[in-house]
Amino acid sequence: MSDFVSSEGHTILLAFWMTLKVSALSAAGSLVLGTVLAAMRVAPLPVLRTVGTLYVNVLRNTPLTLIILFCGLGLGSIITVADMQTTNYFWLAVFGLVAYTSAFVCEVLRAGVNTVPFGQAEAARSIGLSFTQTLRIVVLPQAFRAVIAPLGSVLIALIKNTTIAAAIGVPEAFYTMRNELQSHGDIVIPIFAGYALFFVALTLPVGLLFGWLAKRWPVAR
Amino acid sequence: MKDATVLYDAPGPRARRRNRLLALLFAIAFAAAGGWVVWALGQKDQWAAQKWMPFLQGDIWTAQIIPGLIGTLKAAAIAAVLALAFGIAFGIARISTHQWIRLPAGAVVEFFRAIPLLLLIFFASYAPGALTNFTWNPTALQAVVFGLTMYNGSVLAEVVRAGINAVPKGQSEAGYAIGLRKGQLMRLILVPQAITAMMPAIVSQLVVLLKDTALGTIIAYDNLTSTLSILQNLYTNAIPAAIVIACVYIPINLTLAWAATRLERRNRRRQIAGTPAEPQMQEEATGRL
Repeated sequence: MSDFVSSEGHTILLAFWMTLKVSALSAAGSLVLGTVLAAMRVAPLPVLRTVGTLYVNVLRNTPLTLIILFCGLGLGSIITVADMQTTNYFWLAVFGLVAYTSAFVCEVLRAGVNTVPFGQAEAARSIGLSFTQTLRIVVLPQAFRAVIAPLGSVLIALIKNTTIAAAIGVPEAFYTMRNELQSHGDIVIPIFAGYALFFVALTLPVGLLFGWLAKRWPVAR
Repeated sequence: MKDATVLYDAPGPRARRRNRLLALLFAIAFAAAGGWVVWALGQKDQWAAQKWMPFLQGDIWTAQIIPGLIGTLKAAAIAAVLALAFGIAFGIARISTHQWIRLPAGAVVEFFRAIPLLLLIFFASYAPGALTNFTWNPTALQAVVFGLTMYNGSVLAEVVRAGINAVPKGQSEAGYAIGLRKGQLMRLILVPQAITAMMPAIVSQLVVLLKDTALGTIIAYDNLTSTLSILQNLYTNAIPAAIVIACVYIPINLTLAWAATRLERRNRRRQIAGTPAEPQMQEEATGRL
């Protein structure tokens, strides 16, 4: 066991770091894209609403594994974003995770927009704010605060979903775990337990943090 | 439901003109972006006939896609039944008055919700063999069903618990008043009402479950998503194949989602306890990811 840690420790840390990197980049990307999509879905222009709705319905109802494989096998063979093959797959996996997760961020935010009272948007319009101003200054900040906890759930799901990037060879935690099991068949349970613990240690604080944030920044009504 | 239109006024003549112009500009922008993607795929030969023609022939459907779909539906159906049973059992256990039942049940539910489903499925397919010198080797289907049951069952346990807690207190009091025991009260009064109230959330969870069968691809369980790799090997047409496969998933999931919305609307009309007033909140409460 201690041999295992001393020989594989570096690989394990790299894998954990990779999981964190994929999670953080995908989280940032899907927050941005999700916000844009949510704005599109509540916009006055039917063309924006249609495109937003289409995007969300397609991405939300497709399995993430299929999306990641599409990115890896499909896009991976025709697009090169980095010289190194593994870096290429890394970015394609992040791309797939962002494309998928942003649909959920969009829906959570839209639910948040629905919690903002009529009067807020009416007041904003009556002082002459335009649609984009109403959304940016009045509605979205309140919507974000109303959905802090559900956004935390989306982030937790995203962190767990990064394991699927292993399907196209991104050396994150699950990928490394699988390799190590192949070469260390004698300590199966400790290896599994260790990686499971890593994910619990990652997702549990995120849940607590977002729960705390939701209490810390309630919507004043 | 509140309409999105509270965000903007009914447009006057000037706003209408401006909106028309903006709509045109956005339409052109989207068309240009879409056209560029189509063109770029064309540059990479993705519209080549030999990549798409296979889908017009029967044998790719009978030999690959339909067996894959059956694999997906089979795993989803078995796991759905087991997950619901697990969810009801653990949902009840979590609100048990006995601490020695409540706490372990809570730990189990929290654990299975916290670790990635893929880890769970891989564990189920790998660990039994490795630990028993390969005398006990679960099939890929068993491993997928195990993982899906544990994860979705744990999510459903929370749903069932919330459902039972949402049944009005008068129901329990009335049950006790006519002399029901705790078990009878749960079985005859609380669980049926909780299931009815939570049916929309349960059906929504089925969409998650169905999509997650695709994880079986990684432990070589033949399902709709794993046909993508096969088709890529046969025709090197991963992009067309992924599009076709997505077109099979999407209607199935949309139908389930539609059923969930229908059930929810019916519950709201019948004012069943525990149905949220805001339809959007339900979905996110169950975390349909």
